[in-house]
Amino acid sequence: MMLIRYLSQIGRYFIMLKEIFSKPTKWSMMKQLILKEIDDLIIDSLGIVSFISFFVGGVVAIQTALNLTNPLIPKYLIGFATRQSVILEFAPTFISIIMAGKMGSFITSSIGTMRVTEQIDALEVMGVNAVNYLVFPKIIALLLYPFVIGLSMFLGILGGWIAAVYGGFASSPEFITGLQEDFIPFHIAYAFIKTISFALILATIPSFHGFYMKGGALEVGKASTVSFVWTSVVIILVNYILTQLLLS
Amino acid sequence: MIEVKNLEKTFGDQKVLKGISTRFEAGQTNLIIGQSGSGKTVFLKSLLGIHTPEAGTISFDGRIYSALDKDEKRELRTEIGMVFQGSALFDSMTVEENVGFPLKMFTNKTAEEIKERVNVVIDRVNLVNANHKKPSEISGGMQKRVAIARAIVNNPKYLFCDEPNSGLDPKTAIVIDNLIQEITQEYNITTVINTHDMNSVMEIGEKIVFLKNGLLEWEGSKHEIFKTNNEAVTDFVYSSELFKKVRKMYLEEDNR
Repeated sequence: MMLIRYLSQIGRYFIMLKEIFSKPTKWSMMKQLILKEIDDLIIDSLGIVSFISFFVGGVVAIQTALNLTNPLIPKYLIGFATRQSVILEFAPTFISIIMAGKMGSFITSSIGTMRVTEQIDALEVMGVNAVNYLVFPKIIALLLYPFVIGLSMFLGILGGWIAAVYGGFASSPEFITGLQEDFIPFHIAYAFIKTISFALILATIPSFHGFYMKGGALEVGKASTVSFVWTSVVIILVNYILTQLLLS
Repeated sequence: MIEVKNLEKTFGDQKVLKGISTRFEAGQTNLIIGQSGSGKTVFLKSLLGIHTPEAGTISFDGRIYSALDKDEKRELRTEIGMVFQGSALFDSMTVEENVGFPLKMFTNKTAEEIKERVNVVIDRVNLVNANHKKPSEISGGMQKRVAIARAIVNNPKYLFCDEPNSGLDPKTAIVIDNLIQEITQEYNITTVINTHDMNSVMEIGEKIVFLKNGLLEWEGSKHEIFKTNNEAVTDFVYSSELFKKVRKMYLEEDNR
């Protein structure tokens, strides 16, 4: 019974994805909606992403340094470990999990509130494709999500450099040598392929949970929680699959 | 004109609409009344296309809704105005933006033309100094007026209202009722109102449809409802002492 429910939810999700691209909203309206979503989803996330990235980058550098107890292991490994952790996993995956909480619950609760207060019914009765009107601008806005992750990578490494150099764990040339050591450019491509996939997940799964929710204000809160859980689960699974496909 | 034939709708095991047939004429206010659970909300949502009935047809001036393709249905919906029970105004927009939304979405009017039309309908519903306010900054009565303005801004052929005066004080409720009736006659709209309010029945019910347990129990005008001997209707409409007295006075006056 539960399996059937999950399968029907998954089916409904894919039908929603198809609906997003049918009967598009007028471009003059869509343009404004996209700009508003860029402001709400991207610009509003920059502060928290910068803060977390900078300090987590610093913590990664300090912890790596504290674990290098053998004097034969070169200090430049601090820079190397910081770069690898931040670029491969921390920035694309863990920032996305954090964004599933921040952006995701914002998306679910705002669309869910529109459902509860009959605003979605109002759109549909007018003949507006409500899924396109509400979800498509979010997908387009999140095409800028790689910019957020790029910023997170930069600030994570900067945080690591400051912590390592000013904490006395490594000199600046040592850290920078580590950053350049065994650099594989494909790792950047891998990180951004993951980022684009996570952006689509972040835009659509919370929208799905908001759009098809039933009930009142209490259910809006529940839908936000469920949406965060499922968005995180799907991000982790997709992360595993892409890593297996791209790096194995 | 909206014509409904043998409409049936079931949820799970429960048949909510059991073959309703009626006709709503243009230029008159048509009221759907009935007890809670009688099927009136499902009936209204079926007319709006939100629910898909299992059997029966709904035709809008000869266009049978179920026979239309997706695009034709969307096209037809642009001819429909709807006033929701909770107004359903877009809370991220100002009053002016809410009212202008259907014009921006479905017409090629310029910004000046939209503004002009919006101001005309805002004046028509007697809204003052509210253009730049958000829905949360205005009263319930004003929100209802904005919802009516949004519903009529694109010159709809059909206007649906779900409990338009619920939550309003009696004076504002009468103003809203009269406004809907005036607009219906002025623009020759087919208006269908779902209501519990017996004041509305007495004031503006040019055609009243009474539903009971998913069946059309009775239909007639506000004058006929005073004279009917249908027990289900009299039990429902004249349940309060006040309305019993009103009916008695009406019948005495009518007999003179």
